[in-house]
Amino acid sequence: MPFDLASIVFYLIAFVLVGASLAVVLMRNIVHAALSLALVFGAAAGVYVLLNAEFIAIVQILIYAGAVTVLVLFSIMLTQGAATRAGSPFSGQWWLAGLICVVLCAGVIYAAASSQLALTTASGSVNLAAASAQDGGSPVKIGQLLYSPFNYSYVLPFEIASVLLLVAIVGAIVIAREE
Amino acid sequence: MVNLNSFLILGALMFAIGLFGALSKRNAVAILMSIEIMLNAVNITMVAFASAFIGKSDAVGIPVGSRLTGQIFAVFIITVAAAEAAVALAIIIGIYRRISTVDVGEINLMKW
Repeated sequence: MPFDLASIVFYLIAFVLVGASLAVVLMRNIVHAALSLALVFGAAAGVYVLLNAEFIAIVQILIYAGAVTVLVLFSIMLTQGAATRAGSPFSGQWWLAGLICVVLCAGVIYAAASSQLALTTASGSVNLAAASAQDGGSPVKIGQLLYSPFNYSYVLPFEIASVLLLVAIVGAIVIAREE
Repeated sequence: MVNLNSFLILGALMFAIGLFGALSKRNAVAILMSIEIMLNAVNITMVAFASAFIGKSDAVGIPVGSRLTGQIFAVFIITVAAAEAAVALAIIIGIYRRISTVDVGEINLMKW
């Protein structure tokens, strides 16, 4: 069956994602681009729900659609005089950048389509329905993987990430503070 | 029919769009927004691989998807992206205070 509900939802979200990403890159007004960026973040959360990664979807909404969007809008507001200056928003070598991106995208798609891994899993597909039966993305499992001191877990990288966040916050305050 | 390749192609498209923006825009805030798109594309690829291998075993019989490694990596990528956005925007605001521009073509204090 080529057109089950999951496929329709996926293609809808993928269309919104690619269109909003293009809008972020191509729009002249940077405030409109920032609002399109919020749409990209929301649609990406939809993709995670589709992949049964509910925890990632909630984190995406909280951090990206909430915090990062507000941060970007605030910085646009604080640099407003420069952002609205006339002239092309693209640099002179945009055609070279476009060529690089087209070649990269074609290469990645070719590699994904022809790799042994993709061939072996394409028949089984992502199993959007079957994966939920495995309880894959549940916060309990992710929490055990992140924090558990007894089983195999990522507790050390998690602690390093917390130190990284602390350093980033202190650094941002020091850099942006008025003299 | 949605399979792993659909998500990989979606990730590749978004990554290429974000890379084009990061390479060709002049406004530093717009470059940062393009980088966020690239990070999101990588996240989608990571979570798609994690979902594709839930409950599957490799050649030796070890369950490859039982560790949800892709989703854990997505959490770390989101963490690092938040830290990166905070520091980068602070730098952009600091530069704007000093030389009143966010055009990366005009920011050449360290250009030799």
